[in-house]
Amino acid sequence: MMALAAIVVDSLVYASWLFIVSIGLTLIFGVMNVLNVAHGSLYALGAYTAAWGVGMYVGGAPDAGYVLLAIMLVAAIVVGVLVGILIERGVLRWVYGRDEIVIVLATYAVFLVLEDVMKLIFGPESYIAFQPRFLFGTVSVAGIPYVGYDLLLVPLVALIGVGIWAAIHRTRPGKLLIAVIHDREIASALGINVARFFTVTFLCGAILGALGGALSAPLISVVPGIGVELIVLAFAVVVIGGLGSVEGAAIGALLVGLGRTAAVFFRPELELFVVFVVMTVVLAVRPEGLFGKPQTRRI
Amino acid sequence: MTTLRNIRPTTAGIALAAAALLGLWPLLPAWAAHTAAVSLGGGLVALGLMILIRFGLVSFGQGLFFAIGGYAAALANQFLGITDMLVLSVAGIAAAGTIAWALGYIVRGHRGIFFAMLNLAFSMILFGILAKTVALGSTDGFSVGVPTLLGVAPGPEAGRLTFVLFGFIVISSALVAWMVDRILASPVGYAGQGVRENELRLRYLGVSARGAVHLAYIMAAKLAALGGVFTVLLIGHVTPEDTAYWTKSGEFVFVAILGGAGNVAAPFIAQTVFELVRTFALQYVPEAWQMLLGITLLLVILFLPGGLWSLVDRLRGRNA
Amino acid sequence: MPEALLETRGLGKTFGAVVAAEDVSVSVAAGEIVGVIGANGAGKTTFCNMVTGYLTPDRGRILFRGTDITGCTVGEATAAGIHRSFQIPQLFPGLTVYENLLLSVGVFGHRRPPWWKPLVRPEIQQEARRVMEQYHIADSAETRVDRLPQGVRKLLDIAMAMVGGPAMILLDEPTSGISTEEKFDVMGNVIDALRSSGATVLFVEHDMDVVGRYADRVIAFREGRVLADGTPREVLENPAVIEHVVGRRPPRPTDA
Repeated sequence: MMALAAIVVDSLVYASWLFIVSIGLTLIFGVMNVLNVAHGSLYALGAYTAAWGVGMYVGGAPDAGYVLLAIMLVAAIVVGVLVGILIERGVLRWVYGRDEIVIVLATYAVFLVLEDVMKLIFGPESYIAFQPRFLFGTVSVAGIPYVGYDLLLVPLVALIGVGIWAAIHRTRPGKLLIAVIHDREIASALGINVARFFTVTFLCGAILGALGGALSAPLISVVPGIGVELIVLAFAVVVIGGLGSVEGAAIGALLVGLGRTAAVFFRPELELFVVFVVMTVVLAVRPEGLFGKPQTRRI
Repeated sequence: MTTLRNIRPTTAGIALAAAALLGLWPLLPAWAAHTAAVSLGGGLVALGLMILIRFGLVSFGQGLFFAIGGYAAALANQFLGITDMLVLSVAGIAAAGTIAWALGYIVRGHRGIFFAMLNLAFSMILFGILAKTVALGSTDGFSVGVPTLLGVAPGPEAGRLTFVLFGFIVISSALVAWMVDRILASPVGYAGQGVRENELRLRYLGVSARGAVHLAYIMAAKLAALGGVFTVLLIGHVTPEDTAYWTKSGEFVFVAILGGAGNVAAPFIAQTVFELVRTFALQYVPEAWQMLLGITLLLVILFLPGGLWSLVDRLRGRNA
Repeated sequence: MPEALLETRGLGKTFGAVVAAEDVSVSVAAGEIVGVIGANGAGKTTFCNMVTGYLTPDRGRILFRGTDITGCTVGEATAAGIHRSFQIPQLFPGLTVYENLLLSVGVFGHRRPPWWKPLVRPEIQQEARRVMEQYHIADSAETRVDRLPQGVRKLLDIAMAMVGGPAMILLDEPTSGISTEEKFDVMGNVIDALRSSGATVLFVEHDMDVVGRYADRVIAFREGRVLADGTPREVLENPAVIEHVVGRRPPRPTDA
């Protein structure tokens, strides 16, 4: 019974983390048809910047409190906006309209460049920013102690997910966005500024990616290569759910979270690839993912 | 863009290049011979990707078959005591061919991003298995002995790269490149253009697009496996990270795009450039190696969509 | 009545709540030229899709030369001798007209293409050139097809569909997108070429003048069902057809 409760809670926490680190990826794809490999770099940059900021602040004020969370948030927004603009204006703008796989390669190129840029800025050593993780003490669930920060990820991510959903379906810009997703050319002909929607969407996705990294900073040791590992994991989550679907990303995160936690509990040696097994099975049965729409073609 | 007419058999060119490499052997310093041999190995993998690219497909998991080839050879050497490079190569190709045949039933219906992602998932599963299998050295991998050919064993003073191994790699690469050249000029190769340009029309011409993709997938897998065998024999060691991890697959895609899909020579040229630049970059600017790759890839995508080979076409003045 | 080349019995297809075909039973004799008419969404293209194996019917059977081919694939239908052209021409956009035909002639019918034989051989090149001449598109031989005018694209699409010499060809709106003045030219060329090949033709068409001029027989569809089937005169003058398909219109002053 306790094991079951532990699996459920662990899965939820892990799924929340997966959702926050991959939602930006699916959002950008859904609107722009861009599968952004550089999402991994945004995650890593967010984590580095947040860890660096927290480290700097704690160095001067050892009992810093909730202000650490503000630092993390600011780090994510700064990274997301700066790097997002750089990628969208500097690179993507020149490849819009080309084959979607060419666009993937372009973002892969950006990813490669940013890998080295991060090494040049932050060096090879690891950054640790555990302090925010202990702001909320520990909470006991079914007799098992959990770190409050981890548990808080669940409602936070639920809030972000619902927020995105509401922004798309319940606001005027969101409805215009749906028009853009549905048919760029017609939207453009109706006077919607598609280029601006692209920029804004990409910035939102980039900020979410960096936020995922910033929120992860207290959970991990921030070292070179975290973006490399993250991006394939995020791919798995969004592909399982169906590229471009927010609900899909949530389901994908839950499935992967459950699968990985079960593996950790019962067969730890499977942990590394259970994610990709789920991804393979889903893609084999439903090539567009669980919530993806099959492309129909008029002939 | 590759048009139909610039696929033409370059039998003489391939034979000439192979003869030149063999003739140069006494003059080549050890590092150059090693670079040439390693480039042929990697070039074979990129050649397989080039076939897929001509079908309009990009695999982000070709490391899967590279690893299968490398591990099959290494395992046959370590556990069965086989040292003959010919047998090891056949083992690698057979293993990859069988697995690609089976997986092909799943991937042949996928296109675009989904094809790329599915292959990525396959390769990451293999990476996970290899990294967790203690008997295979987990993440450290294991070593491979010095290979022989038809009973000819190198003397103890010879290094890993003997003339026998070098000659074997050069001649088999040339043979394989010649075969691929023929295939691209045959209905199979043109069916690939059909899949890329308009699959629906191809189906209405009575050609099974899925069957053609399946065939190309198996071919690309066998090429990657042979490249894996060569690489492992040259390096003498095999690890999951250097074969199956997605970053390795990304490198192969980089090389295939850099070379372009215009000619079977392109992937080999691109792989050689890649190896040379890496050698110097890791020596002088190790922290900027990936940046160099990324910037090059961007430049190729933006300004040279046909890859390095399109420069050759341009020089010949037939890129109208 | 001569023996039917193509016969459908009670074909039905439903997409969600939309019935695209219901109880479609038609029969086409060898050598006939059949015109198919109907408003948009009447099920004409769905009918073509089912007969050529692109869609599997939910109900009913399709017989070709007396053999049941229901549920066969596009490749199998093509091999059996049923080809088609498309409302939106399906070409290989990055290649020239000549290359499109070269590719079509060279790969036609290869379920598992041989790899040892080069595709570009004198007999293939000759055939590709012959087809270009036959459909009067040789002038555009070296033009990339994504830069062709619509009329040439439609002709090339039909020429590609005719590769392999089908027993039956379905033309899905062969004159759509072509100006009224050119329609009769294009259609005349096509029908001549098809007649000389001996293929049985079923063509979907919106222009009643074209239908009246070229069809031996006309089938009218409405909401997935066959509304009328008979000679052009019978069908085009059928009150239900006039009501739902042809519409009442003043005679065109330009009609010769």
